[in-house]
Amino acid sequence: MQLNQLTIKQAAQKLANKEISSVELTRACLARIKEVDGKIKACLTVCEEEALAEAKQADERRANGETGDLLGIPYLAKDNIMTRGVRTTAASRILENYIAPYDATIIKKLKQAGAVLLGKTNLDEFAHGASTENSAYGPTHNPWDLTRVPGGSSGGSAASVAADMCLFALGTDTGGSIRCPAAFCGITGLKPTYGRSSRFGLVAMTSSTDVPGPLTKTVADAAIVLNIIAGKDERDATTVKIPLTPFIKGELKNLTIGLPKEYFIEGTDQGVTEAVEKAIEKFKELGVKFKQVSLPHTKYGVPVYYIITPSEVSSNLARFDGIKYGLSVMKPPLPPLSGGQENGLMEIYTKSRGQGFGPEAKRRIMLGTYALSAGYFDAYYLQAQKVRTKIKQEFDKVLEGVDCLLTPTSPHVAFKIGEQSSDPLKMYLEDIFVTGASLAGLPALSMPCGFDKNLPVGLQLIGKRFDEGMLFRVGQAFEEATEWHLQKAKI
Amino acid sequence: MQLSKDEIQHIAKLARLELTDAELEKYGGQLSAVLSYIDQLKEVDVTGAEPTAQVTGLENVLRDDEVSDWADDERQAALKQAPESENGFIKVKRVIE
Repeated sequence: MQLNQLTIKQAAQKLANKEISSVELTRACLARIKEVDGKIKACLTVCEEEALAEAKQADERRANGETGDLLGIPYLAKDNIMTRGVRTTAASRILENYIAPYDATIIKKLKQAGAVLLGKTNLDEFAHGASTENSAYGPTHNPWDLTRVPGGSSGGSAASVAADMCLFALGTDTGGSIRCPAAFCGITGLKPTYGRSSRFGLVAMTSSTDVPGPLTKTVADAAIVLNIIAGKDERDATTVKIPLTPFIKGELKNLTIGLPKEYFIEGTDQGVTEAVEKAIEKFKELGVKFKQVSLPHTKYGVPVYYIITPSEVSSNLARFDGIKYGLSVMKPPLPPLSGGQENGLMEIYTKSRGQGFGPEAKRRIMLGTYALSAGYFDAYYLQAQKVRTKIKQEFDKVLEGVDCLLTPTSPHVAFKIGEQSSDPLKMYLEDIFVTGASLAGLPALSMPCGFDKNLPVGLQLIGKRFDEGMLFRVGQAFEEATEWHLQKAKI
Repeated sequence: MQLSKDEIQHIAKLARLELTDAELEKYGGQLSAVLSYIDQLKEVDVTGAEPTAQVTGLENVLRDDEVSDWADDERQAALKQAPESENGFIKVKRVIE
């Protein structure tokens, strides 16, 4: 086995035993990126020099007696997470040359833990999408089939983990953006509880649902990363002090998992349904009891999400004004357009934004501007926030009677690049099974549970607020009883 | 829900986006389709439901209103991102004529 193929747990063991060094591990990942990323296009920036310097430092720290699960472990970060001194583009033209002056809190924590940043991964521009096709720098390709999307918006992160370019990657999940690509690429992705990990230093999208989390090769690895990035942050007032529930490995006997009937519907591909049903059988063998439950407002999840998200997007993206940072028509390289005359303030706003944002960002900004504008606020935004309350309440109620919920992550496997990109509404419906947990702020984990048409199928576990530990326990037991997580794409 | 070209133009102006004619036309159709889909929210009975403001139950997270210095190297790096700056300030266009 090559070093880049290791899980965090395996590599940490070898590092601790001094069988390998972080420099060797990092070189193996960099070599793998060089070998396959020309085809997959998961990385927007690779910082080879910095990574090797950080790896050397990690080795020195270890030589000085320091220990830690992530000390010397190489990773990639989604490019909407700010990294000091390393370009952060959010896959947008408007941030093409942006260099963040400081690290996001989660990056800072990983630095302190000694993890090695290899580079930054592709995404749908500003994380707006479910396929990574909305990147201003071109789509990422699914390692299992290069003609297909990796899912999104954390598509680069998921593809890079699936192709062993790194040991883990960071993503952000606003309405499925970690879980959807994890499912499409056959890996594990965790959306932590809202407020569990700090949003400080993320390029804000939908502040009321954004949450960063890990994409990993195993469930245990996701727990390791969450352990480091979780915690209250003075700089994000929505983070909480509540400690992580301990990750107890153990039997699943006496556990009850809920199956929300609104997530097992016509329209889901037969192969996906079969894979998830087989997984349920496997859980039964492990002693889990299942209970059918109902979340009647499920079908309103996507419409609620596509009011709240664009509304918050239109407000959050107002900061890109061509004045403080990012693409600007104020000065070259873009010359003033109005016949050599200098642009006025209004033109600087409208032209910088008109040229800098891609189609989906523009659509969402306009949809949100409309939903929040005078005369429409009550009908759209206020109504959506009230329906959101109903969605949240029914999740909380149902979760009182079970230990967690199990659903498919997506109604189908990865689709072809270009197949859906001309119809935004169709793309929004991709989020049908993933928006609920986001709107309710619940933790949710996607993990591989089989194949349909030779492409990975993901199952989703949704837990009680702040009970990531239960998802790890259930996921880990499934992983030990199956071999889906060991299947690798051949590239 | 069909948005007219004038309405789309108005929204684009509110959003400070300069759009081409082709964009106005394209987004007009797409946004109308999305809004028609979203209209189903109107059928939900929300009597007695408070709008969600926060999902984890936190209330009034306060901190002391203290000024602290920003590390100079970070401050310089931030200023460098602005198209124009002067004496440690970001330069903006005249707002009031």
